Amino acid sequence: MKRLLIVLGALLCIAAASDPAERLPDPAQEARARALFQEVRCLVCQNESIDDSTADLAHDLRQVVREQVAAGRSDQQVRQFLIARYGEFVLLKPPLTFANLALWAAPFAVLLIGGLLLALRLRQKTVAEPLSPEEEARLAQLTRDGRD
Amino acid sequence: MIAELGAFTLVLALACSIVQVGLSTAGVRRPVLAGAGEGAATAAFLALAVTFAALIHAFVTSDFSVANVAANSHTEKPLLYRVAGAWGSHEGSMVLWCMALTGFGAAVGWFGRDLPRDLRARTMAVQGALSVAFLAYTVFASNPMARLTEIPMEGRSLNPLLQDPALAVHPPMLYLGYVGFSVVFSLAVAALIGGRIDAAWARWVRPWTLAAWSLLTIGITLGAFWAYYELGWGGWWFWDPVENASFMPWLMGAALLHSAVVTEKRGALPGWTLFLALATFTFSMLGAFLVRSGVLTSVHAFAVDPTRGLLLLGILGAASGAAFVLFAWRAPTLAPGGVFAPVSRESAIVVNNIVLTAAAATVLLGTLFPLIREAMDGETVSVGPPFFNLTFVPVMVIGLAILPFGPMLSWKRGDALGAVQRLWVAALAAFGLGLLALAVVSPHKALASAGLALGFWLLFGAVAEIVQRIRLFRAPGAEVWRRLSGLPRGAWGSSLAHAGLAVFVLGACFETAWKVEVAEVMGPGRQVDLAGYTLTLDKVGIIDGPNFLAEQGTLTVRRNGRTVCTGEPQRRFYPAGGQTTQEVAICARGLDQVYITLGERRALPDGGEGWLVRGYFNPWVQLIFLGPLMMALGGGVSLSDRRLRLAVGRKAGAEAA
Repeated sequence: MKRLLIVLGALLCIAAASDPAERLPDPAQEARARALFQEVRCLVCQNESIDDSTADLAHDLRQVVREQVAAGRSDQQVRQFLIARYGEFVLLKPPLTFANLALWAAPFAVLLIGGLLLALRLRQKTVAEPLSPEEEARLAQLTRDGRD
Repeated sequence: MIAELGAFTLVLALACSIVQVGLSTAGVRRPVLAGAGEGAATAAFLALAVTFAALIHAFVTSDFSVANVAANSHTEKPLLYRVAGAWGSHEGSMVLWCMALTGFGAAVGWFGRDLPRDLRARTMAVQGALSVAFLAYTVFASNPMARLTEIPMEGRSLNPLLQDPALAVHPPMLYLGYVGFSVVFSLAVAALIGGRIDAAWARWVRPWTLAAWSLLTIGITLGAFWAYYELGWGGWWFWDPVENASFMPWLMGAALLHSAVVTEKRGALPGWTLFLALATFTFSMLGAFLVRSGVLTSVHAFAVDPTRGLLLLGILGAASGAAFVLFAWRAPTLAPGGVFAPVSRESAIVVNNIVLTAAAATVLLGTLFPLIREAMDGETVSVGPPFFNLTFVPVMVIGLAILPFGPMLSWKRGDALGAVQRLWVAALAAFGLGLLALAVVSPHKALASAGLALGFWLLFGAVAEIVQRIRLFRAPGAEVWRRLSGLPRGAWGSSLAHAGLAVFVLGACFETAWKVEVAEVMGPGRQVDLAGYTLTLDKVGIIDGPNFLAEQGTLTVRRNGRTVCTGEPQRRFYPAGGQTTQEVAICARGLDQVYITLGERRALPDGGEGWLVRGYFNPWVQLIFLGPLMMALGGGVSLSDRRLRLAVGRKAGAEAA
């Protein structure tokens, strides 16, 4: 662990780096730009972010984002700028709007519904129909040493 | 001639499958016909094996009169990729899919001797019907043996990204996993037709689920590893539609594995287990559709064809639609099974199922939402990794946090206090390690450290499962030894799989949070630092490959002045398709990897010539691939237990009779 600390500590100065020719001089701004890249889709690619893609358009988009960041825009302002220019398609994380509500709410809705169903099931006190003696014998044979 | 033989046996396989459906349906009442139906299943499988062999032959001999070969092969391609190319195309992959489908059908006949006769016959009939659907599709819409009237001199070659040894194993594993769930689907439909779902049925479902799920786990892991070293930017999971397509059946399969245990041991939740059995294979078919139809863009898309996609959607709709209608009709008559207390193993497994279902629903909606939104208001949206990180991950975290409690609770009514008592050491140790990570690993990241704590919690929980079962520290040594040696393989399997999950979580958290990246334009002799390692570019040479030209960099990786390894990343150009690919160099050290790619040639500021070298230090990345393999191994260990016990049961039955 100590070794790791030294290693990682030593490397922080390099921090985020993509193509050195594109890099912003301010490391903090560059780090912010890199984080934003991962949210932005390379529009002409097959589902890649501009952080990963080597396409020309991805290069241009990176430049746009870097310029915006360097100009002091906030992350949200950069996102708004991109949406205004390219539509929602450009962001890999759809904004939380009414139209996207189903998408964002679904995971938690399923959890909630599942929880409710479980609660209902727990309150239920029915007992299964007893098995016939033959069924019991067959089950006992099949589940022999199955209970652990 | 051999291609015609292959085309003939493909049609023969279809005919055999049709016969299988007829004989097995009639065989529900007449055992002789049921036996003949099983014979037909084996015949279909063997016929397809001949088709497959003929297809490989066509690829190996570069028979460009076969359209599929002309479109996907090239004389200069190395032999291994010519062989593997047989299933690297749409048509070939459908043959592999059908072969798995008929193979599993035949396997039900071979290994299903314990199944009641009527259930077995119905299962064979349903499995046969699935085979008929997919074989008919292959024969009429996607024939791999179709000839060309004008024979080209040279083939169009296979996408160079697919020219990798992984192509030889990744798709077969994946398909065996995907299609393995068809048996579970058929068993469920057969049981619905027969109207009986009981503990015994759940017991027959489990081994098939275990086998399919374990194979799918290996297939997905291989795919992730392939993407990791082939795409060249160090990522291993992109939440891409094609990846999601394989991940959804995996999640549902994992839920099914657990709920089948409840149905088997306690007779509870039969309807839910049935539902999962149907849903899992539905997701498999959905995957086949998504990957091939091109309705969603994907970084891994291959063999895309919208018309054929529609046909696949039709098969999916018909098969699953019919099954779910049957389910809706029959399920209300099912007895709900045994009752259980809020704190019990059953409840824990239900929570596991809720979490896995929510996770699968998240992946499903995330994958399909762009289509939904476009249909709704015409707006095109993208759903990518940032969305899944904010939804899927928290959902799973809930499940992972409570996972270790499950095995500590007894069936029907568990002892919450007792479970806490058995786990507090594990919890404390995990918390401590999380704090340690926060304090020691730089840069300090609270969330990732919490993730590590969660991973350790799962790992210690998995160990505690075994400790609890053998009563370590709580019973005399002899008793502990007796319990340890008598521990069923299923228990080892479950602990191993849970430990594998833990190992994966640890690797995924550490790698994602603390990977280090550098990129430099380097001339020969230049060096760059990367996380305590020094990469020196010694030289760049030209390689003349069998079907490509490449620039190959030779980089020495040093640490504290000592040479650790030599990496030889390549930048390849494939003239046949005009594509460029990167071959990465990976230096594994312990759990970490140094990952190097060689990029384009560029002028250096001093006028010399350099190359854009990217280096990544991926700490603990090996765990990301090791963990899932442990999970698959756990599935295998459990499976070996089941077979043993089924065999014992049969012997005992024979003695009684």
